[in-house]
Amino acid sequence: MDFSYSDEQRMLADTLERLVADQAPTENDALPGEPSTLWGTFAELGLLQLPFTEEVGGLGGDGIDVMIVMQALGRGLVREPYLAGLLLPGTLLASLADAPQQERWLTPLLAGELRLALAWQEAAARHDAHAITTRAHRQSNGWLINGAKQVVLAADSATALLVTARIDDGTLAVFLVPADTPGLERSDYPTLDNQAASDVQLKDVVLSHDARLGEDAAEALDKVLALGRAALCAEAVGAMEVACEQTLAFLKERRQFGAPLASFQVLQHRMVDMHLHLEQSRSMAILAAASLERPADERDYRVAAAKAYCGEAARFVAEQAIQLHGAMGMTEECRISHYARHLVMFDHHLGDVDHHLEFVGERLSAA
Amino acid sequence: MNLDFSAEEQAFRGEVRDFLGAALPGDIRERVRLGRQLSADDHLCWQNILSERGWLGANWPQEHGGPGWGPVERHIFDEECAAAHAPTIVPFGVSMVAPVIMKFGSEPQKRHYLPRILANQDWWCQGYSEPGAGSDLASLRTRAVREGDEYVVTGQKTWTTLGQHANMMFCLVRTDPEAKKQAGISFLLIDMQSPGISVRPIVTLDGAQEVNEVFLDEVRVPVANRIGAEGQGWTCAKFLLTHERTGIAGLGHAKQALRHLKSLAGRLQHRGRPLLELPSFRQRVVKAEIELMALEVTHLRVLAAARDGGAPGAESSLLKVRGSELRQELSELTRRALGPAALPFFPDYLYGEQKLEPERAENAAVSAQYFNRRKLSIYGGSNEIQKSIVAKTLLGM
Repeated sequence: MDFSYSDEQRMLADTLERLVADQAPTENDALPGEPSTLWGTFAELGLLQLPFTEEVGGLGGDGIDVMIVMQALGRGLVREPYLAGLLLPGTLLASLADAPQQERWLTPLLAGELRLALAWQEAAARHDAHAITTRAHRQSNGWLINGAKQVVLAADSATALLVTARIDDGTLAVFLVPADTPGLERSDYPTLDNQAASDVQLKDVVLSHDARLGEDAAEALDKVLALGRAALCAEAVGAMEVACEQTLAFLKERRQFGAPLASFQVLQHRMVDMHLHLEQSRSMAILAAASLERPADERDYRVAAAKAYCGEAARFVAEQAIQLHGAMGMTEECRISHYARHLVMFDHHLGDVDHHLEFVGERLSAA
Repeated sequence: MNLDFSAEEQAFRGEVRDFLGAALPGDIRERVRLGRQLSADDHLCWQNILSERGWLGANWPQEHGGPGWGPVERHIFDEECAAAHAPTIVPFGVSMVAPVIMKFGSEPQKRHYLPRILANQDWWCQGYSEPGAGSDLASLRTRAVREGDEYVVTGQKTWTTLGQHANMMFCLVRTDPEAKKQAGISFLLIDMQSPGISVRPIVTLDGAQEVNEVFLDEVRVPVANRIGAEGQGWTCAKFLLTHERTGIAGLGHAKQALRHLKSLAGRLQHRGRPLLELPSFRQRVVKAEIELMALEVTHLRVLAAARDGGAPGAESSLLKVRGSELRQELSELTRRALGPAALPFFPDYLYGEQKLEPERAENAAVSAQYFNRRKLSIYGGSNEIQKSIVAKTLLGM
C-alpha cells in the first residue's frame, strides 16, 4: 500500500502545475473552436504520448499518470480537449485498430498533428453506450452508416470521428469517419462548461471496408469509458481543490459585522464539509485510477461508484462555493463561478449520478 | 501508487483471522454478534486471551510489551476483530491511560501500572466529562486540594463508560483555581475503592447501563498518583485525545454493519420480494456502500501517512465525522429493514440473561443499537468539535 507518487510522477505533477499556472488563460474568454495554444506544449512535454503503450509509440503511462494530468488540467480549467480529443478516441483506436489504421491515425494523433473525437452518445440512449440505434450496413463496397450522435465533444477540431454503430448482426462496432465524409453533418455549439461540442448526423454515409476498427468493440469501449470516467473524476478533484482554496481565501479576507467571515462557526463548518467532500472525492478518484487494469466487473463497479460519488460531491462543493461567496459568486467576473459551472456540469459527462448509482445498484453484492 | 496490502500484510491478516477463529470463545462471539451486553467477565476473558497472545497492547511499542505493530497492522487487526464478532477491547486502560503513562509518567509509575494494564489486573475508567464540562472540557470544576502528600478531591464526573466495573480511574482535576482555565488542571490516577467515591448508573435511551456518574467527596489521592507535573493535565489530555482518535472511523465495524444490513435486507420480504429490491431502500444501501468505499480509501491514505512517519492529526477528525455518520446511517437502515419487527423490546435479554426464541433473538438488538449509535457523533469530541478542529488546524480559520 503506497499513496505516494514516484519521482517521475512528482516531476510530471510539478511540470503540469507550472504549465497550468503560467500558460492557461486566466479568463475563459476564448471562444470554443479557436486554435489552442497549449496543444503544441502538450506534445513537447510528451503528454500526448503519455497514456499510450510503448508498442503504439506511447510512454506507457497508467491510470495514476492520467489522474495527475487531469487533476492539473482541472485546477486550471484548461479548455484543451485532452480527454475528448486525445484520450478517449486515442485509446479506443489503440486497442482496436490494425497496423495500417494505427499508422494512418494514431501516430499523427500522438505527434499532435491531428485530433480525433469519439461519437458514442445518442439522445434516446442517454448515458448508455450500448443502447444505440446508429446502424452500419455491410454492402459490397464497404459500409453504409445511418444515425445521429449528440454532444460529441471536440468534434469541431477533429480530423476524424470514431463513431459507434450496430452492424447487421447486432455487434457493436466502431468506425473511423473522416470529418469531411459526405453525409456527415455537424452542428456546433459551446457547452455551458465552456467546451466545444457538436450534434452529428450520419445520413447514408458510405465508408470503405477498412473504416471499421477491429471486430466486436463492446469491451474495448467499456474500458475506454472507464478510463474517461476515472479521468473526469480526477479533473473534478482538481477543480474542487481550487474551488475550496478560493472559497477559504475569500472567507478569510471578506469582513462583515466587523469580523472576517472565517470567524463564524456556521461558515467554518460548511467549509469543513466542502473539504470533506473534496478529500473523499480524492480517495474515489484514486480508487478509480488504480482500478483500471482490474478485471472488467471490478473495474466498472469501482469506477461507477467513483463517478457517482464525485458527481454528488462536485455539485455540493460548487453550490457551497457560490453560497459562501455571496452575490459575488453569482457573477461571471468572479472566477469561482467558472469552477462552479464546471463542477456542476461534470455530472453530465460520461454518465451521471443516477446512471452510475443504478449501475452499482444492479451489481450490489449480497455480502 | 498502489492500494493493495503487501504479501506480508495479507499473511498477517490470515494469521489474525486464524487466531480469532480458534481463540474467541463461541458464547462471547455469539453475544457480540447478537448485540447483547457483555459482562465484565466476558470482557476480561477475551482480553486475557489477547494478553496471552501478546496482542492486547496493539498500539504499544515493543519495549513495553506491545507487538510492535504499525498503523496498517493495527487496522487489519481491528477489521478482523470486528468481522469475527470479537468484543471491542475496553480502551480506557490499554489505549488511553497507558500511552499517557508511557509519555508523561515517572519510571516507578510505568513499572507499576503498565504491566498491570497488560495483564488485565486493573479495569480503568475515564474521569473527564462533568455535568458542566462536556465539549468545553477545560471548564471542569472537580477540585483537588493539596494536603501534604495527598490531594483531597471533590467533585462529580459523568458519562463514565463501564465505570461500574472499574477499580481505577484517570481523572482531570483542577489543582489551581486561580490559573487560566487549561493551566490549572492536573492528571490524577484514583483508586475507585477510595472512601468518598460513589458510582451511580445512568440508564441511556436504549435501556442500557453503559455509562455512570462518579461522585467524589473528599477523596484522598496520593500525590504520587499524579501523572506529569501539577498543571500539566491538559497537555496529557490533549495527547490522549489524539490517541483516542486513531482508528476512530470504526471502519471494521462499518464494514460488518453493511454486511449485516445487506444480508438482512436480502432475506426480509417486502410484498413477496427481498426488501433489498425495493428501489428506495436499495438506493440508500448503494449510497452507504459507496460512502464506505470512499471512507476506506481515505482511511488507508491516513494509515499510510502515519506508517511513513506522519502524525494523524486533523485528518483523523475527518475520518471520525464521516465514519460516525456512516455507521449511524447503517444502524438506521438496519432498523428500518426490520419494519414492524423493530418494535419488540427485551431489555432483560439484551442486558441480562433472559432467554429468547432464536428467531426473535436474532434481531432483538437492532433498534436499541440504533439508539446506542447516536453516541458515535457525540463522544470522543462531538462531530461539531471535530469540525471546529479541522477548521482551525487544517484550514487555518
